[in-house]
Amino acid sequence: MNTHSIRPTLLMAFLLGAGIGAACGGSPPMAPAPPPAPPPAVPATVAPVPAASASSSSSAGTEVLLCDGQTKVLVPEGTPGTAVAGSLMSEWLRKNPDANWETEERERHTLQPAADNADLVGQVSGQTYGKITAQDVALWKAETERTSLEGSRVFHSSDELGSTVGVSCDMCHPHAANTHPETYPKFQAQLGRVALLRDMINWCIQHPVRGKPLASDDPKMRAVEAYVLAQRKGKPLDYGRH
Amino acid sequence: MDSKKLPSIQSIETKHMAERADLFRALRSLDRRSFLKVSAAAFGAVAAKGLLPPHSFQPVSIAHAETPTRTVESFRFAYISDSHLYDRKINDRFVNALLRAVDDVNAMNPQPDFVFYGGDLAQLGQRAELELGAQILKNVKAPLRMMVGEHDWYFDLGEKWRSLFGQPQYSFDHKGVHFVVLNSVVEKDFWTARGLTPMQRMRTVAGLDNGVQSSFTVGTEGRSWLENDLRGKPPSTPLVVFSHSPLYKLYKPWNFWTDDAEDVQAILRRFQSVVVFHGHTHQMLTNRIGNIHFQGFLSTAWPWPYAPQGLPELTVEMGRPDPFDPNDGCGNGSVLMHPDGLADIVQNLWNRNPVTISRNYTLSNGKHDKPPVPALRSF
Repeated sequence: MNTHSIRPTLLMAFLLGAGIGAACGGSPPMAPAPPPAPPPAVPATVAPVPAASASSSSSAGTEVLLCDGQTKVLVPEGTPGTAVAGSLMSEWLRKNPDANWETEERERHTLQPAADNADLVGQVSGQTYGKITAQDVALWKAETERTSLEGSRVFHSSDELGSTVGVSCDMCHPHAANTHPETYPKFQAQLGRVALLRDMINWCIQHPVRGKPLASDDPKMRAVEAYVLAQRKGKPLDYGRH
Repeated sequence: MDSKKLPSIQSIETKHMAERADLFRALRSLDRRSFLKVSAAAFGAVAAKGLLPPHSFQPVSIAHAETPTRTVESFRFAYISDSHLYDRKINDRFVNALLRAVDDVNAMNPQPDFVFYGGDLAQLGQRAELELGAQILKNVKAPLRMMVGEHDWYFDLGEKWRSLFGQPQYSFDHKGVHFVVLNSVVEKDFWTARGLTPMQRMRTVAGLDNGVQSSFTVGTEGRSWLENDLRGKPPSTPLVVFSHSPLYKLYKPWNFWTDDAEDVQAILRRFQSVVVFHGHTHQMLTNRIGNIHFQGFLSTAWPWPYAPQGLPELTVEMGRPDPFDPNDGCGNGSVLMHPDGLADIVQNLWNRNPVTISRNYTLSNGKHDKPPVPALRSF
């Protein structure tokens, strides 16, 4: 089981392919990226191979290395750059069979869509936003939904939750039904104190799931919270309600 | 899975079962005088709370108010359903819950004519799970009738289940009532094209909200079997149908649904009275479509939430289950068949008052005998 908080994604691979992110191999996407390495000396024959450095050249062909420092392919002299990029991509996908996890998770477990903010496109709003583009709103939506999707993955997996009895959240809460996050915080009569949504998530993880509670800032806790909240889209907040 | 270790601590259910056993031992050693004292106190407490359900599990005088018609006799059968057993090394909670249900039906006095099992004995269709279930159900004193659920089926497509319990579709007659047991969890092949392993297929079907699977059906084969079985039966024959999924369309995303429900209903329509009992939904669920009355079974393992839409008007929800009580919202039940072919169902919600849904309730379309509506509705 992959216990990293950030899973390799196709997007990351594309970023690498486009030569944007030199940070690869499990760094959070939001981490400041080190300055891009100077363009490597590339033999003229395999000219445009962004983000990949040709490490050696021999009579059999040219070995091209992906920026992860591990993934490499051997291409004959004169191979077009697109073909080299394609080979590297296939090799990367072979090593990361979970790369399509988002598509698969969406197919398995319906996720309520995040707001698309389409009405903001073309508007100008101060320093943070600048002029809001279609790419901006698409990025916001994709990133927000990815967090919830990661939560969906944890929510539906007794292994990810660390259950000792084979129980996962969805066994009582299909599509996060009956989780009513909109009613928290509330006085939880059985506990005799006020509980937040995450307190109840941890209660469930400890009791029916029989696993170890998560820290409040554990990436899994954040993800499960995101999923549960996403699934109750449109329900009015009504904290304290029983 | 087998590599998992036994939990080192005793679960609260295990402790509960131990305490319960102690209590019963202690009760047996009471002398008569103290016993009367204890039972009078218990009766007083119950009466004081105004909690005397019409039937519950007390022996009920068999309905002789009705003019007996035909040759149908009144009788009672019990049900247990949806136990979702893992191997006992993995999970003792669901095992203990099934043991509790078996105790309940064995304690019924008078004994039911038979006990019906509503499907989903296993959680992941494993041999060990089904064998464990079969072993526990051997303790049922009354004759046992089995139905298959999707959790029993999609690991080996029913091979192990059939070897233990026989064919998944069959019928029998009892005291003038014709009983039909269907396999309503037939899904069209979604696994071959995806290259899923048997375990991946099983896990896909086992996820209630997993959208990769197909919808449940009785299927063309099952429907023609049903037509054949009912051929020549007069419309006055009291008919009871068991199906794991509800034989109507409630909520597709969770397979609270049978895709060819209308076709099956069409086969049943010519009979004057039909009662369909189903498992799968793990909740009190009541519906009526024309002459067909539907009742859902409780699960012994866990309750499902009510579907966000499509709830039949006749359904009176069971009280919102309290997660802090691991058996709340679970239970078993019994059914009193009347000479008119309709049934009173007693939902024996554990740690709560049993709820009776009488045939008058569905027959009067909810005007009479309405079960108590809980204070806390589901979200």
